[in-house]
Amino acid sequence: MARTEKKKDVVLVGFGWTGAIMGIELANEGLEVLALERGHDQATVPDFQYPEMIDELKYGIRYGMMEKPANTTVTIRRSLDETALPYRSLGTFLLGTGVGGAGTHWNGLNWRPMQSEYHLKSYVTEKFGAGVMTEDMTIQNYPVTYDELEPFFDRFEKVAGISGQAGNVKGKIVEGGNPFEAPRSDDYPMPAMPSTWDGVKFRDAAKAAGYHPFPSPGGIASKDYVNEYNMQMGPCNHCGFCERYGCYNYSKSSPQTAIIDALKRKKNFEYRVNSEVLRVEKAADGKTVTGVTYFDHKTGEEVFQPADLVILTAFALNNVHLMLVSGIGQPYDPVTNEGVVGRNYAYQITGGYTLFFKDENFNPFIGTGANGFCIDDFGIDNIDFAKEGFIGGAYWRAGQTNGQPGHTMALPAGTPSWGAGWKKGIGEWYGHSMNIGAHGSVMSYRGHYLDLDPTYKDRHGRPMMRMTYNWHPNEIRQTQFMKSKMEPLAKSMNPTTLQEGFKKEGAMFDVRPYQTTHNTGGTVTGSDPKTSVLNRYLQSWDCHNLFVMGANVFPQNTQYNPTGMVGGLAYWAVHHIRKDYLPNPRPLV
Amino acid sequence: MKTFFRIIGTLVVLGVVALLAFIFVPVQRTGPVTQLAADFKPAKGQGEYVMRAGDCMACHTSEGGKPFAGGRAINSPMGVIYTTNITPDKETGIGTWSLDDFRAALYDGVDKEGHHLYPAMPYDSYRKLSEEDVVALYDYFMKEVQPVKAEVPETKLAFPFNMRFGLRAWNWLALGDAGFKPDASEDAMFNRGAYLVEGAAHCAACHSPRNLMMMSSGTNAKDAAFLSGGEIDGFTAPDLRGPQSGPQQWTTEQLAEYLLTARNAHSSATGEMALAIRDSLQYLTKDDAMAIATYLRKIGAGKGAAPVAEKAEVTPTQTLLTDAKPDMPLGPRLYLDNCAACHIVNGKGAGETFPALDGNSLVTAKSAKGLISVILHGAELPSTERRPMKLRMQGYDDRLSDEEVATLATFLRDGWHNKAPAVTAAEVKAVRDEAHH
Repeated sequence: MARTEKKKDVVLVGFGWTGAIMGIELANEGLEVLALERGHDQATVPDFQYPEMIDELKYGIRYGMMEKPANTTVTIRRSLDETALPYRSLGTFLLGTGVGGAGTHWNGLNWRPMQSEYHLKSYVTEKFGAGVMTEDMTIQNYPVTYDELEPFFDRFEKVAGISGQAGNVKGKIVEGGNPFEAPRSDDYPMPAMPSTWDGVKFRDAAKAAGYHPFPSPGGIASKDYVNEYNMQMGPCNHCGFCERYGCYNYSKSSPQTAIIDALKRKKNFEYRVNSEVLRVEKAADGKTVTGVTYFDHKTGEEVFQPADLVILTAFALNNVHLMLVSGIGQPYDPVTNEGVVGRNYAYQITGGYTLFFKDENFNPFIGTGANGFCIDDFGIDNIDFAKEGFIGGAYWRAGQTNGQPGHTMALPAGTPSWGAGWKKGIGEWYGHSMNIGAHGSVMSYRGHYLDLDPTYKDRHGRPMMRMTYNWHPNEIRQTQFMKSKMEPLAKSMNPTTLQEGFKKEGAMFDVRPYQTTHNTGGTVTGSDPKTSVLNRYLQSWDCHNLFVMGANVFPQNTQYNPTGMVGGLAYWAVHHIRKDYLPNPRPLV
Repeated sequence: MKTFFRIIGTLVVLGVVALLAFIFVPVQRTGPVTQLAADFKPAKGQGEYVMRAGDCMACHTSEGGKPFAGGRAINSPMGVIYTTNITPDKETGIGTWSLDDFRAALYDGVDKEGHHLYPAMPYDSYRKLSEEDVVALYDYFMKEVQPVKAEVPETKLAFPFNMRFGLRAWNWLALGDAGFKPDASEDAMFNRGAYLVEGAAHCAACHSPRNLMMMSSGTNAKDAAFLSGGEIDGFTAPDLRGPQSGPQQWTTEQLAEYLLTARNAHSSATGEMALAIRDSLQYLTKDDAMAIATYLRKIGAGKGAAPVAEKAEVTPTQTLLTDAKPDMPLGPRLYLDNCAACHIVNGKGAGETFPALDGNSLVTAKSAKGLISVILHGAELPSTERRPMKLRMQGYDDRLSDEEVATLATFLRDGWHNKAPAVTAAEVKAVRDEAHH
């Protein structure tokens, strides 16, 4: 028997980065705001406290902070003619849970996309001609420009507490920063982090090769910091436990360090944990939503939560799933190429070199999630798509993110994976290797999409979401291009030995090894309701009192880690909700 | 001989009469220190502000109880004192009290029936409240506080402290003139600070030593012992006036920040001070916090002069920690393993986030109880308007033995520029045991 709770002005589905941003901005408007969080409550102390958090087996190997697939997962197949199977054992991407969401267990890498990425389709067709696109490519422009988003990127970086070195402030190139970045209105709020030796070696080699290295920007505090909500961070101690862990040191930017305690002071804000939203409820006329139904894990019952405004602020895949199970918007059909919900799902392609140096000692027990130096010389703005035969780009980075021996100890190929030979290999090579990684864009295609699985159901009886995704020849060409450029640079560093890890022609999507958790698309933002779920303000074309945040709004994946864009778009959207929507609720476009 | 007995007899009779008078003659109540205009009305919010400055709610509300309904147990050296219901409930609260009754409680420490209040109620400080503030506070309690019908447990102290008439003698000795007299040689800001510190905020209740009669040493800055450090429940309330004290080492701005947010670039508040900030001081205006800071800095060793900037120097302690030799003693090793990530090898911490341990009054306090307690149980900063984050240091009671905590605490008390005596494992055990009871 479902119970009905007292109506709220706003209900937020998920209490991670975007939930916290929406929460504080709308609570500041005086609205009664409720955030519903599927998982548990968690705070720096006691939940991330030292030394319990520094447990690689529990959190790094056994994924202690992640949602268990038994509770929530997707089914995956690689093409329309395969049968999707549930993703039962975590591997290629890791979905967090609990207050703070993925914002607690990320590495902290924070970027703004390059300038061409906001109007990618126009850029490609105008500069290189539509012929460079593959026939099945469904990339499209963002319906919002970089200049419009810039103040909101700036705001998110200042709220989150990002360390970095600006490379282009108001069009002026700044020595030591990324000269290829889109012009920013201001510096990063904190100076760049110092780098470990592997990053410095890469920087020097890149410079010698004529590239433009700059320190990696990230949500890792390089000093003590206070943001606009008067929330605080303390300087990082480089322990190297960022990704897959909560930070015990108040040093990694997260909803906990940037927003939550300030938000909790507001009497018009409430959050409920163990409250898993099952669907968004539509009004009889289908033009608005009336609230959400969630499962209260404490009482074991379904609850209807009425609200005037519903905002999906969960992880990308969960937001798309909710739209599909709620029947809002037409589901995408890859055969007819009609429908929008689930369309343009994309992922990230990564590759790199591991370099072994007999006589170098990299002290792998120090690092941060956003450590080291990068180059953007092979970024999407800098590639001649017509000449190279692919659309996309990548940023490169070297800098150890952790020294956790259990899952990141590199050994030269041919070293036994167990026994005396393995021990000998570890003795010989521990601390003597470094990586250079290429983090590449992924375009969107007709055959890559999300829909409801016809067979598998979740524990609430809802159809699971089905992911259809595989590596596309365009991305293989892109990553092989990166390999061809990285190899001479890696060799110029004179390693004792080196080995590559780039996907090759015919590579199939393998969900077992970890790759990234940068799942994008599915409810994309656009200017045409036929090819997008959301308008430029991330408002549903179908129900005007429903807004959707997250990387699921990206029309295709950028070459960067998505958080900066997710945060910037959230501040952009909430600005327009406050200034334009609340005074007169209606379709804004 | 007859005459002698007659004299003795007369003296005895006089003594008995005096004693009876001492016990039974009604107490004289102090009247208003200023005659206010008949139509005086406190400004909106003034009463609540005085309540916050006076921290009334903290003591007069029980754990989880209704505001001001009393019943909180206060541990005093004489025994447990239960606070009273000060809501305007007519039966169990102060609903029938007149302004004069109310003022007498604040000024003279007597209730409506003329019973003496125990000086856990800081009427020796509240006695300095202006008539305007007394009226505003009375108005607030009568009109803005919700009446709550709630009996509180009776305070039953052991003999002789249950003889409340004895307090009359205490009052003769402890109480000065009612009202606040500004120092004409100082400016308005100093005097506003003095008024708050000596009056409503009753800082001396903890920060001044108490003599054998449990009286605060002095009620204003003219007494050298005033705010020179005290003790509360075994914890040291630090000296506020000596050259090494926080207020004298910090800028006025930093001291005001501390009072408003429980943290500043040097230190953060723990224990009772964290509660005083959570419940009272954070509600002060910035101007009032600056006034308090100005006053405290002026009456201290620094006489209000800007603090001398610390020399950038590498102490032997920092060198010991940086070298981190395998044979380093246990104290610094424990520091590196547990503390240095936040408090840094130089003992300076980081900004407003991680407090400095070098020169920290909690670390070097006369009683190490506060330091031991923080190491064992951690500490959490209150959420305040200007700094909402509940920054929390975890406790190490499950990770460090009594011996280890003692070694670590001894290292901290003697590290960098600190010079305080060693801590024993027995002291640590006592704090640990107390928490388990």
